[in-house]
Amino acid sequence: MIQDLLIILVSSSLVNNVVLSQFLGLCPFLGVSKKTNTAAGMGVAVIFVITLASAVSGVVYKFILEKFDVTYLQTIVFILVIAALVQFVEMFLKKFMPPLYQALGVYLPLITTNCAVLGIALTNVQKKYGILTGIVNGFATAVGFTVAIVILAGIREKMEYNDIPESFKGMPIVLVTAGLMAIAFCGFSGLL
Amino acid sequence: MNNSNAMERLYNGLIKENPTFVLMLGMCPTLAVTTSAMNGLGMGLTTMVVLALSNMMISMLRNIIPDKVRIPAFIVVIASFVTMVELLLEGFIPALYDALGLYIPLIVVNCIILGRAESYASKNPILPSLFDGIGMGLGFSFALTCIGAVRELIGAGEIFGLHIMPDSYVPCAIFIMAPGAFFVLAALTAVQNKIRMNGEKKGKDMSKIQSGCSEDCMNCGEKGCSHRFYGEGKESERN
Repeated sequence: MIQDLLIILVSSSLVNNVVLSQFLGLCPFLGVSKKTNTAAGMGVAVIFVITLASAVSGVVYKFILEKFDVTYLQTIVFILVIAALVQFVEMFLKKFMPPLYQALGVYLPLITTNCAVLGIALTNVQKKYGILTGIVNGFATAVGFTVAIVILAGIREKMEYNDIPESFKGMPIVLVTAGLMAIAFCGFSGLL
Repeated sequence: MNNSNAMERLYNGLIKENPTFVLMLGMCPTLAVTTSAMNGLGMGLTTMVVLALSNMMISMLRNIIPDKVRIPAFIVVIASFVTMVELLLEGFIPALYDALGLYIPLIVVNCIILGRAESYASKNPILPSLFDGIGMGLGFSFALTCIGAVRELIGAGEIFGLHIMPDSYVPCAIFIMAPGAFFVLAALTAVQNKIRMNGEKKGKDMSKIQSGCSEDCMNCGEKGCSHRFYGEGKESERN
């Protein structure tokens, strides 16, 4: 059991990295990776939301959708549940944990309909993970996202001072960087 | 609604505001499923069906949906159509269903669809909205097929499964793997940058061309791309 969870932890965070090999959550990955600080903030917020969302969607799937035999509604239900959840978390943090809200608040609305969140909820169902396994998978995936975005932000900070061809400035060079990172992450596939 | 108007919407989606080549929207599916021209075409057409139907439905409901809850309402409409299309694909084209996998339900969070609903379908009559959806969908299919063909050609020496390159060509397999997607898109955005810079030098208005979306996959209608989408919506209101 523990061994299975560990394998999921490694495979979801490094081997099948969510951004670099599955292309989920690409928009925040490219959009919020200018500075290491903000990238780390976004990463933590994503870990928080994805873990919570995979827990809630796992429960909803098992006790509502499966029970009433309406699993074909999963896409609709998941996206509404996730959107409502993020709104609720935002309100909750604002009221009861102002310091945490100040740290994560800016990023929360950005994650509401991040395709990574919905993607993980659906993957958990597709791979027939139980609730606990689903949570571990969600957490690991989000950690993988954080690792990738922080590394990219670090490289982008260094690249500020580089001499880049005119037409490659901005998004193209970031994509080339992401491609090289994806090659590097391919190396992890020998781990399992 | 006459023929020229319909043609104008199709031309707009296919060339003038091509969602991938010009607006750079919906990058997640663009990168993920373009491992071959066939997959790209399949994804593009699937998205087109959802886009056309949801545009039509949202346009029908545009006077009924209260302004405050319009985004959730749009999402439910889109998600319903995606579920239908997913079930149909599973039943009738299982090969494509297996190839696209997780990315079919993720059409829900493709920002092209919500963007068109927000900026066009919710303000315009049914037929123009339908053609707008078809035009945008065709543009997306066209772009995905092109990207898929390039990746397949370099990565496997084939297009649509047909062997094109001479036998002496050694396929560069990295191009059909994940890193290749980033490289192809990087080249694409570089070309786009170049065209924009040349256009600006000649004093043309290139504000529609933009690299990349905002921070959010779905709400680009509200953030990064809004000035383009809303600007266009106002234009069509004036007409």
